[in-house]
Amino acid sequence: MSSTIVSLPDQSTARIPKVNFLTKENGLLSWLLTGDHKRIAILYLISISFFFFIGGALAGLIRLELLTPQSDLMATDTYNKVFSMHGIIMIFFFLVPSVPATLGNFFIPMMLGAKDLALPKVNLLSWYLYVAAGMLALYAMITGGVDTGWTFTTPLSTHYVNTNVITTGLAIFIAGFSSIFTGLNFIVTIHKMRAPGMTWFRMPLFVWAHYAASILMVLGTPVLAIALVLVVLERTVGIGVFDPAKGGDPLLFQHLFWFYSHPAVYIMILPGMGVINEVISTFSRKRVFGYTAVAFSSVAIAVFGFFVWAHHMFIMGVSNYAVLVFSLLTMLVAVPSAIKIFNWAFTLYKGSITFETPMLYSFGFMGLFTIGGLTGVFLGTSGTDIHLTETYFIVAHFHFVMVGGMLMAFLAGLHFWWPKMTGRMYPEKISQLAAVVTFIGFNFTFFPQFILGTLGMPRRYASYPPEFQVLNVFSTAGATILGVGYLLPVLYLTWSLKYGEIAGNNPWQATGLEWQTQSPPLTENFTEIPIMDHEAYDYEWLERQKEKEVTSVG
Amino acid sequence: MSDSPVITQGAMEAAHHEHPPYQRHHFETIGQQNDATNFAMWLFLLTEIMFFGGLFTAYLILRNWYYPAFVAASHQLNIVWGSANTAVLITSSFTMAMGVWCAETRRKSGLVLCLVLTFLLGLVFLGIKSIEYSEKIEKHHVPGFHYSIQSFVDPASDPVAAAYGDKPLALDMARKTELYFFLYFAMTGMHALHMIIGIAILGFMIFRARAGAYTMGHVTFVENFGLYWHFVDIVWIFLFPLLYLISRHQ
Repeated sequence: MSSTIVSLPDQSTARIPKVNFLTKENGLLSWLLTGDHKRIAILYLISISFFFFIGGALAGLIRLELLTPQSDLMATDTYNKVFSMHGIIMIFFFLVPSVPATLGNFFIPMMLGAKDLALPKVNLLSWYLYVAAGMLALYAMITGGVDTGWTFTTPLSTHYVNTNVITTGLAIFIAGFSSIFTGLNFIVTIHKMRAPGMTWFRMPLFVWAHYAASILMVLGTPVLAIALVLVVLERTVGIGVFDPAKGGDPLLFQHLFWFYSHPAVYIMILPGMGVINEVISTFSRKRVFGYTAVAFSSVAIAVFGFFVWAHHMFIMGVSNYAVLVFSLLTMLVAVPSAIKIFNWAFTLYKGSITFETPMLYSFGFMGLFTIGGLTGVFLGTSGTDIHLTETYFIVAHFHFVMVGGMLMAFLAGLHFWWPKMTGRMYPEKISQLAAVVTFIGFNFTFFPQFILGTLGMPRRYASYPPEFQVLNVFSTAGATILGVGYLLPVLYLTWSLKYGEIAGNNPWQATGLEWQTQSPPLTENFTEIPIMDHEAYDYEWLERQKEKEVTSVG
Repeated sequence: MSDSPVITQGAMEAAHHEHPPYQRHHFETIGQQNDATNFAMWLFLLTEIMFFGGLFTAYLILRNWYYPAFVAASHQLNIVWGSANTAVLITSSFTMAMGVWCAETRRKSGLVLCLVLTFLLGLVFLGIKSIEYSEKIEKHHVPGFHYSIQSFVDPASDPVAAAYGDKPLALDMARKTELYFFLYFAMTGMHALHMIIGIAILGFMIFRARAGAYTMGHVTFVENFGLYWHFVDIVWIFLFPLLYLISRHQ
């Protein structure tokens, strides 16, 4: 039994194909005016990495401040701004576009056997909106920041703070349209651009996950947009809709905000789950167990996701009956999520498992997401939620799902498709090390926060009682390890652009259509539109293809 | 299945067909392109529904809470101008629909005429809307800017309120009329913004239509703009009864 499935071409003769989407045209303008979904994905990859490291630096500042019980590194209001900007940048400028706008953008058309997304110009517009929004958010940060937290909770954001709420709100408004256009483009592409034979149930589950996430983007984001417009109007004109003194209702804002922002966590996690499907199947050489159930579980998460938003408001004064109903509905989301985890476990069962980097990250995802998801049940139960909400428990829960889940999935996907995107392999040993370092660092950082939360340490304060210090020191120490874990990929992936081994068309022996073409791909992906005549994840079909190749060459 | 040549072999004949100039490179057929852009437009309109939905939700909740204030405040709207505007907008939707038909049947001058009429009717709508807005400004019924509750605590002093026989509202309830006017301005303002965007696009389309761009068989743009225009019309069809009509006789 071999310990790897990697099959690379003979390095002494292998060459990167001369004509590919990277070399087709040159010059800055050929990138800035491109309609090619793959180039836009690369633009997105560079920009979201930039924002990730800004958000990460802010996280570092937060952990540094919390090293000691007193607020000594920065003033308390600076601390408020730092954690607010950390949340805003990480959520709206990293997590929401992370997998969809980079990997989804790059691979959905290829997986479907299409030449491009249905609306290439809208795709480019979406990137420009993202960049404009990002710049506006950075401008708001540099000129004084915002200290409402990423939730903009009224009446704090409308009446009590004098920071850059309007600028930041507009930035998120614009970023929202970028996200809407991405989602809209995906839905249209998935409906209308599939190659002959590519039926709905032959699509890779990565595409299904993006379809579900796109529904959320298209239906949820406009509600966030109007909520932010109302906050801006309330601040500038004083319209009164969120002002109790005028008869308005601050809770209305929260309903509108969470109507988007709860589904938003599924916008963030679903594409990550899509990545995990592809990786787990490829590295255990098996079709994903229960394909149909996994496909529908994505859609179920999207549908249920719209009916749970008030679980963010259990202590905000919503009625007891609402708490009961929303608590029950929240539990329902655990069902499709568990279906996914169980089906991945059964995919591994009796598979020929190998442990390349993407697989290590995926294992990290499965473990951490399961913990993150199960602690979500604690928070969905109103009794425990009243004790745990607004403590570090919720911070730990959210980071287990978003960092332990989504970021791991993003890195899994990035490593998995890196050979296809660049034509070169990343260095295997050091990247495995990075995956392990990330996992250890992550647990050190966030597991202590569960304990801190149950002990009652509130979130969003720069200082805390001295008895919490030991666990906070653990957490900060873990964050430095985590930081190393995230820096490593930047270094070796950049290195690999020039020095990595030539990957060839299909280094992982994966079944997706994107692997049946050259790496990096041609501008319009395929020389001829493929015909899909087999099921997804059909490894026997792949074997037959290889045999045919051998006989035809021989 | 195993011996059929797969994957690399494709719809060769489709790939090498002569394309009409308006077909984008990444679509296989013009039918696919039209389907895709049409579908995208419907999805975009769906996001628009959700966008307006936030305001409709606010209206629903606040109207339930402050019913007397909403009744009294809605009496201040001008039913004559409102009805006239409804008629104008429905007519503009008709001219737009005729425009789409003209484009499909390749009647260039008919299309230009229809677009110009739609454009003008859009402007008439905005003109009437501005008359209504200026009435509100004169009576200090603009929320946030020197808002006055005079008409509601002392209806006798206000001829409109007096004509409806409004009873004076308690100070507390009278102040809630500001929320009604906020919703009035936010909803009709958002609607007017969509009209302005639509009129700008119409202006562009008139030039293109005179050059014959939409009467050569490729009408997707006109069709999709028509969908947008009808959508904006339908938003008004909901706004008009909610804001003007349902409290007329209370």
